[in-house]
Amino acid sequence: MYRYDKFDHQITAERVAQFRDQVRRRLSGELMEDEFRILRLQNGLYMQIHAYMLRIAVPYGLLSAAQVRMFAHIARKYDRGYGHFTTRQNIQFNWLKLQDAPDILADLASVEMHANQTSGNCIRNITSDEFAGVARDEIVDPRPYAEILRQWSTFHPEFAYLPRKFKIAITGATEDRAAIAVHDIGMAVVKNAQGEIGFRVLVGGGLGRTPIIGSEICEFVPWQHAITYLESIVRIYNEYGRRDNMFKARIKILVKALGIEEFKRQVEADWQFTKDGPCTITVEELNRVAACFTAPAYEQLPENDAAVTAFKLDNRPFANWVQRNVKPHKVPGYAAVVLSLKKTGIAPGDATAEQMDAAAELAERFSFGELRVTHMQNLVLADVRQSDLIELWQAAKILGMATPNIGLLTDIICCPGGDFCSLANARSIPLAKAIAERFDNIDFQHDIGEIELNMSGCMNACGHHHVGHIGILGVDKDGEEWNQVSIGGAQGNTSSIGKVIGRAFTFAQIPEVVARLLQVYVRERFEGERFIDTVRRIGHEPFKEYVYATPVKEDEKLAGAEYALLEAGTPYDTPYYSPRF
Amino acid sequence: MATHMIIKNKAIVEDDWVVLRMDENDTPQSVVVPSGKVIVPLKVWQAQRDALQHRSDLGVWFASDERAEDMQNDVTKFSVIAVDFPKFADGRGYSIAYHLRARLGYRGQLRAIGDVLRDQMFYMQRIGFDAFATRPDKNIHEAIKGLSDFSLSYQASVDQPLPLFRRAHRGDRS
Ligand code: SF4
Repeated sequence: MYRYDKFDHQITAERVAQFRDQVRRRLSGELMEDEFRILRLQNGLYMQIHAYMLRIAVPYGLLSAAQVRMFAHIARKYDRGYGHFTTRQNIQFNWLKLQDAPDILADLASVEMHANQTSGNCIRNITSDEFAGVARDEIVDPRPYAEILRQWSTFHPEFAYLPRKFKIAITGATEDRAAIAVHDIGMAVVKNAQGEIGFRVLVGGGLGRTPIIGSEICEFVPWQHAITYLESIVRIYNEYGRRDNMFKARIKILVKALGIEEFKRQVEADWQFTKDGPCTITVEELNRVAACFTAPAYEQLPENDAAVTAFKLDNRPFANWVQRNVKPHKVPGYAAVVLSLKKTGIAPGDATAEQMDAAAELAERFSFGELRVTHMQNLVLADVRQSDLIELWQAAKILGMATPNIGLLTDIICCPGGDFCSLANARSIPLAKAIAERFDNIDFQHDIGEIELNMSGCMNACGHHHVGHIGILGVDKDGEEWNQVSIGGAQGNTSSIGKVIGRAFTFAQIPEVVARLLQVYVRERFEGERFIDTVRRIGHEPFKEYVYATPVKEDEKLAGAEYALLEAGTPYDTPYYSPRF
Repeated sequence: MATHMIIKNKAIVEDDWVVLRMDENDTPQSVVVPSGKVIVPLKVWQAQRDALQHRSDLGVWFASDERAEDMQNDVTKFSVIAVDFPKFADGRGYSIAYHLRARLGYRGQLRAIGDVLRDQMFYMQRIGFDAFATRPDKNIHEAIKGLSDFSLSYQASVDQPLPLFRRAHRGDRS
């Protein structure tokens, strides 16, 4: 992974000192909240319903064991014993005090981490493929480019106060696991006919209120020009993006208003001034950064491990786990293993300090000391010997991180929703819990097969509901909490935006609605056909008809206190969804 | 003539330029440009160019929705150009400054006016501002500290034509 040099350390340290002083001035009243708000956001610090939340950047989702241990330390020392991994491969801590934030940032700096630009109207943390470097379908490892762009975007003096937030994602594989089509800029590393490396660049994708799939602005930007080309895109956006209405301020609205052709013309006119200039990336710099991402010392191993194959035959739970949580690796005899953070009853993406410490240890024992965070809010050990799988499975089971549900119904993507977020219309975490409980049976989940259920507590779509095969969106009707259900969304190479099936449902109706959608699927599916493919083949009508054919009963159990919102007076020490040990 | 304090070339100095702001009843054609050192809105310069072009004590300022490109060759006529930040979170002024410095080759004083605060001044300085009329309710002696928040930056900008990877030997960990 990338290692800081003395310059990275110095810049990070100066940032911590700057923010420490800003916090001091805020606490002394020298800075007003409306002046301070933007400064703290650009340091990842939000004010939520109950406390401050800090979002820490995990560049392209890659973590060392030492960094994960630092998260555990932060969880214990400053928070309530757990953290939350997000859909943008970052981690958030929910129960912080403003006074502690500078110390936390200093602790993070000691392990080469930061919270720079994880919020605010600036270029956010750049995300990438969670299987970068190990995926079989990889053309080029995207991480060196992601790192070079991370440095370029860090404290960029021209782009710190954009009209709105700005998200960049990069993939280097044939299958897009970084959701590049729904980012402000999406980049796919490609090779041209001459074998040269460059980027196919998409612009103006995004979710939120106006979900749009990004348009191609250039089919091949040679890698040397990545900085200058992106700089021109962001400059045009900074100048012409709307600032009168925050709901129309994302670059997607500008691209749509101008049309992609005109937008491209303006970008490339601007680019003529900087193309081939000093910001052109040098081979030397690429090599320096790429040297941080070289393959670990793999052993020569047989393609398959005989003991694993045998154990699978007489151990169903292990076989299920291998089927769902173990992913192919480009090196024979190795596998990438997903540690599930989606155990029923736990908020999707939450991990306790103990789990983090244990995951760090597993990484050291089994995976060259590195972990990754996925946009599905799970952790990955990317370089595991197949001969270690049985041992790893047993250890992960004890930690509650071996639920064999990756890519299945209970691998839910979910935003913090009404429990934490002041913008929410609805509860997300309790609803994820209710759905996971209803469909907890693992054989049923394996029968349903691959499906993505995504939930957001409001239009801002942090839970990516638009691109869920089933999407659930919290809406407000006259101050009441309702949930809109859509189907047919998808991420990846065949991205699509889901369509709402009809009028909204109450919280307690949702599990039954999901059940009915699945019943239609089971009735209609062809052998081996996934839910999303059935939806695409037969359309929305049969689903809609069946769901609304008879009244949907509310599940009375869901009126219980354990599904209620966290109240201000709730004893936070043991929130139900994140048990501490 | 009344003077006030501004930050110029990293020092707090007295300054006697007046910024002309139009109110609702004014039009760029009709507004009276007082004598003395005055910085006028771009629109006033454009509307009263013939009358104003021989004045040596004139500066011009950009609103955040105006474009440096609209002034083209005129930039060399001025020793002071200002860019207004109606709110500090409005970042268009940074791109205006970039264009003036990097594209139009403006070398005179570039002054930030309006909602100019300590915590944005480091970025402003990088993008080519060398004068700051900080918000009058803030202590200018505190504000000037914002210019030295960082000693190092990754990117190239107006203050530093080379990105870090071209100006330093990178990779040393000690
Ligand atoms: S989707 Fe809405 S409710 Fe959920 S975290 Fe984002 S802003 Fe908050």
